[in-house]
Amino acid sequence: MTLDQLPLGRQAIITQVGGTGPLRLRLLDMGLIPRTELEVHKAAPMGDPIEITLRGYSLTLRLEDARSVEVAPL
Amino acid sequence: MSQQDRQARKRHRHGAPDQGGRWGRQAGEDGPALVFALAGNQNSGKTTLFNQLTGARQHVGNFPGVTVDQKVGSIRGLKNAQVVDLPGIYSIRPFSAEERLTRDFILTQRPDALINIVDATNIERNLYLTLQLLELRIPTVLALNMMDELHKNGGSVDVAEMSRQLGIPVVPISASRGEGIQELIAQAQRVARERLLPERLDFCGPGPVHRCIHAVSHVIEDHAEQHRIPSRFAATKLIEGEPALAARLGLDPNELELIEHSVVEMEGDSGMERNEALADMRYAFIQGLRASAVKKGDESRERRRSIAIDRVLTGKYTAIPIFLIVMLLIFWLTFNVIGAQLADWLAQGIDWLAGITDGALTAFQMNPVVHSLIIDGVFAGVGSVLSFLPLIVVLFFFLSVLEDTGYMARIAFVMDKALRRIGLSGRSIVPMLLGFGCTVPAILSTRTLSSRRDRHMTILLTPFMSCSAKIPIYALFAAAFFGGNSALVMLALYALGIAVGILTALVFKRTAFRGQSTPFIMELPNYRFPSLKSVAILLWEKARDFVQRAFTVIFLATLVIWFLQTFDLRLNPVADSGTSLLAGLGRLMTPLFAPLGFEDWRLTTSLISGLTAKEAVVSSLGVLMQVSMADLPQALQAMFTPLSASSYLVFVLLYTPCVASIAAMKKELESGWLTLAAVIGQCLLAWAAAWLVYMLGGLIL
Repeated sequence: MTLDQLPLGRQAIITQVGGTGPLRLRLLDMGLIPRTELEVHKAAPMGDPIEITLRGYSLTLRLEDARSVEVAPL
Repeated sequence: MSQQDRQARKRHRHGAPDQGGRWGRQAGEDGPALVFALAGNQNSGKTTLFNQLTGARQHVGNFPGVTVDQKVGSIRGLKNAQVVDLPGIYSIRPFSAEERLTRDFILTQRPDALINIVDATNIERNLYLTLQLLELRIPTVLALNMMDELHKNGGSVDVAEMSRQLGIPVVPISASRGEGIQELIAQAQRVARERLLPERLDFCGPGPVHRCIHAVSHVIEDHAEQHRIPSRFAATKLIEGEPALAARLGLDPNELELIEHSVVEMEGDSGMERNEALADMRYAFIQGLRASAVKKGDESRERRRSIAIDRVLTGKYTAIPIFLIVMLLIFWLTFNVIGAQLADWLAQGIDWLAGITDGALTAFQMNPVVHSLIIDGVFAGVGSVLSFLPLIVVLFFFLSVLEDTGYMARIAFVMDKALRRIGLSGRSIVPMLLGFGCTVPAILSTRTLSSRRDRHMTILLTPFMSCSAKIPIYALFAAAFFGGNSALVMLALYALGIAVGILTALVFKRTAFRGQSTPFIMELPNYRFPSLKSVAILLWEKARDFVQRAFTVIFLATLVIWFLQTFDLRLNPVADSGTSLLAGLGRLMTPLFAPLGFEDWRLTTSLISGLTAKEAVVSSLGVLMQVSMADLPQALQAMFTPLSASSYLVFVLLYTPCVASIAAMKKELESGWLTLAAVIGQCLLAWAAAWLVYMLGGLIL
């Protein structure tokens, strides 16, 4: 499944990072690379963007960008 | 250390001659002047450290080859040493202006040493940038910040081990408490004086990535040396796929093919795409380092506190109401309570001084023109401009508190969805809302937006948010023409401003600002207490900067207007304001406004004088029509129909706010031409909108 579909509070591991151009590079730079564990911590009041925690910090990204990240729930 | 490395180090130490681009570097009594660059992630405490290193002695430097001005300060207690504050970034890619600036600065200015600040409580992601900085082959010291926080939560770092693995000195510090700063300065000075390059070049374990980097380094080594670009940096950037760099190095097709071949081989062997493989290599090294040198504490107190606070501040039902309350509170305090009170005192002070000067000049029987220059020109001009100062200082106090606590990032998170539709991201909401108070600080506050594109777009949209100085104009006209409906008219004007802003944004999104938007992938830092020192330095900086501008650009502009008001075409002082140069200019422009339904030189003249400050529109109408303020509504009724009054108001709403806002725009857009284009654009748009209102209104009525 992709990161935007991951339910709140569910741990998962990244299996693949898609996207192109700056988006993809930004995801990689922020530490979203395969085999990284993460959890969706909360969604913004309007449902988008979402806040995830990984590598000991909090990151927010938009659902459309989260769609580029494939995850496997743990 | 490899053989190659040692040679490089030797070359470096023994007289690789400095190339051009270094600025202001003279030998002083303590040896040659040193230049340090401070680099690190956003939210790593970089600004706090910069302030600790320099105190309030900072100025904005301008560096050849680097487009953006950077803050520079002299290091306290060290003669002849300066530190340059580079923007907070997460990686060195060529995509954002901030990242380009960092690499260009380091490559072209070649600072004597790099101080890399790393947040010890968020070590993994922070070290990712470190590994890239080390590729630039500059003497580097790592400042491990927030050690106090890490210790308090039971964590610890084996500093010696970390230093050994990274090949650079590591100094534990706490920037907010000022701990470890002296040691950091000493180490930075040492690596700079002795030109100690990072001892480690390879962060990849044996494997496909390692093979590829070495193969590519080998191919480009001579080119890189010739162009004075560190070959390791060039190699990784070529693997990541940067055509501009390949061109700059002058690689021939044969070499490019060799490189591509190595990269494809690496992708095949590692099963990862090239960028992924490099990111993975860096993070793998960091994880190894963390396992052997860092003991992470329990979930930190700060983290738990942040989660608790966020339950309310970004909660589903509470986030937006709280955001609105916070903004309203800031508005009320700035424009009604503190700022207004300070502005009043300042105005009284200036009036008092003007009164004394006026009396003295009269007693002295000063030439009336000079008298008018001092009282109507200097005092009125400086006074009108300085009246902004308290607003700016108070507003920036609140803004920097929002920023430094971490709430600003939450605002971006909460409001992002709404602003995305018009091609912006959540952060832009704050400057836009401030625009309803005063355009000047609103534009200055765009400085905190992380992408240049968003910053420019926000600056161009903010003036459409009707500022509070326009209220007296609306009130005057509403009372004169719309009686019982005046509240409705005011509301309609505000709504129109917002609508024009949204429409302009949509047009921008599809034209000038298409694509290129940096992805909205942003860190949410833990909530922290703001450092009072940092807030104070920021306020001092903003105030000083504004006063400087007030006495240059804005002051000159008010003098020009005074000159136009005071003299006629033959440069005789005028007795009747109707014969002044300004009135002549107004007359000249009057036909332009005929299609908008008002054709009276006094109205056009009032619009011109409105450029000094919007308050001037009403007062100059009074002067030009030679009526008292009380009789002004009646006088206006003779000149306008309700329809042409509406079109006049629409023009006032949308045209360039004032000289101070133009100055702010020029500062933040960093371009005189762009500013000029924006001003012309605003006037044209205002004209078109007023014309539409007049035409459509005429059809309906």
